Amino acid sequence: MDTPKNLKYAKTHEWVEFLDDSSARIGLTDYAQKKLGKLVFVNLPLVGDELSLGQPLGDVESVKAVSDVISPLEGNVAEINEALLDAPGLINDDPYGAWLVKADDITNNDDLLSAEEYDAFCESEE
Amino acid sequence: MEKKTPLYDFHVDSGAKMTPFAGYLMPIQYTDIIEEHMAVRTKVGIFDVSHMGEVLISGSDALGNINDLFTNDFTSMSDGRVRYSPMCNPDGGVIDDLLIYRLSRDEYLVVVNASNREKDVAWMQSHLFGQVKLQDISDAVAQIALQGPRARTVLAKLTRADSIPEKYYTFKTDCAVAGINCLVSQTGYTGEHGYELYCAAADAPTLWKALLEAGKDEGLLPCGLGARDTLRLEAAMPLYGHEMDDTVSPLETGLDFGVKLQKNDFIGKDALLARGEPRITRVGLKVTGRGIVREHCPVFINDEKIGDTTSGTFLPYLNGAYAMALIDKSHSALGTVVSAEVRGRRVDAEIVALPFYKKA
Repeated sequence: MDTPKNLKYAKTHEWVEFLDDSSARIGLTDYAQKKLGKLVFVNLPLVGDELSLGQPLGDVESVKAVSDVISPLEGNVAEINEALLDAPGLINDDPYGAWLVKADDITNNDDLLSAEEYDAFCESEE
Repeated sequence: MEKKTPLYDFHVDSGAKMTPFAGYLMPIQYTDIIEEHMAVRTKVGIFDVSHMGEVLISGSDALGNINDLFTNDFTSMSDGRVRYSPMCNPDGGVIDDLLIYRLSRDEYLVVVNASNREKDVAWMQSHLFGQVKLQDISDAVAQIALQGPRARTVLAKLTRADSIPEKYYTFKTDCAVAGINCLVSQTGYTGEHGYELYCAAADAPTLWKALLEAGKDEGLLPCGLGARDTLRLEAAMPLYGHEMDDTVSPLETGLDFGVKLQKNDFIGKDALLARGEPRITRVGLKVTGRGIVREHCPVFINDEKIGDTTSGTFLPYLNGAYAMALIDKSHSALGTVVSAEVRGRRVDAEIVALPFYKKA
C-alpha cells in the first residue's frame, strides 16, 4: 500500500492528517497494522481527554499482544471513531481511512515525518 | 544462540515470523493466527513441534520407576496406549506435565515440554532405581502435529489404514507415512481430532512436504505456536508455566484425573494428601466487559481479590475474549460475576464452564 503523501507520520507508527491550523485526525499506519496482525480490540480515549505528545492515547490489541497508540500531538480529543469499537478490523482493512481520534487545540510537532521519510524509516526498522 | 528444528528452512522460506521459544527459533505464525486457528477448527493444520522433548525409559524396572516419578497409574496400561500425567516434586507442586507412551512393558516414551526438558531429565535421572535406563532422544526426533476434522483424510493419503490409530490416546509404531518411518498417535493440543507424528529428525522435511501436498485440497495450513496457544486455550488445556508450576498442585489446577492417590507411593503423594482439599481451583472466565484479559491479571469480586488469570486472549472460533484463572475455590461457582484488572482498568467477566470449546 502506498504511503499517502498528504499525511505526516510519527516514528511510533501513527499518521496525522492536518485538517486546519488547530485540528487533525490521528490513525495507525499500514506498516503498524501489518506488524500487529488482525486487531480484535481498540481502546480509545474519551471526548475531552487531553492528548500529551509521546504518551499513550489508547491501545489496540491483536490475539498476540496489546500495543499502545502514542499521541503524535498535543491537543484535546474532539471526536472518536466509534465504529472502530465494534469493528477493530477496519484498521486492518483501511488503515488510512480508519482514523482513531480527531483532535483540536493542537500544537504542531516538528518531528513528524513526510511520507518519504517515514517509508525510509520503516525500511531501516526491518 | 537458539537451536533450529529440522524444519527451520521451510518456515523461513514460507515467510513465517520466527521467535525464540524454549531455546529454539520457532514459527509463531505463517500468515495470521486467526486464519491458522480457524483452519484447525474447520479443516486441518500442521504444526512443527520438534522442540518438544522425548525421553526413553527402559529396563525391567521401568514400570516401577514411572509409577514412582509420575502421579498417574501405569500398572494396567497396555502396549500402544498413551497416558497423560503430571510429575510432582516432594511438595506436591508440578515439575512438568507429560505424555507417556507404552512401547512395551519394559519401554516407555515420555514426551515433555520443551522449556522443561533439561530440568525434567535431571530430575528423573536423579530418582531412578533398579534396572532402568533413561535416554534423552529429543535431538534425534522431530514431531509434527496434524490437527483438525480433515486430519484423517490427509493422513490416509500417505499411509495404510492399519497405520492410523483409531482411538484417542492410542498409537502405532513403524508406520510408513509418505515412506517415512513414524510413530503415529491420536493425540494433540488443540481440542480437535488429530494426530502427532514422530520421526527421525533427518526425515522431517520430507514428511512436512508430503503433508503439505496431501493437504492441499483439504485446506491445510501450516500453523505456528500462536495458533497452538489459542487452540489449547479455547479447549481449556492447561499449559505448564501458566495454569501450573512448581508451587501449584495438579489437584488445584483441575488435573485430578491424572493423579491416582490410591496407588502406592509416588513422589509428591504425601504432600498432596497433607495439603488436603484444594483451596484454589482453575476456572474459565468469559469477558463480558470491554477488553482483552491476558495472563497475570488480578481477579476480584467487588474489592476482594480472589486470584489471578493464568492465560487469556481473544479466542477466534468463539469470537470473544476468554481467560483461565486460579482463584479461591469458595468463589468459583459458575455464573459468578467477577472483574479482572487490566492495566489499571477493571473489566467485567463471568465464571463459565470449562472447556470453552468442545468438538462436536
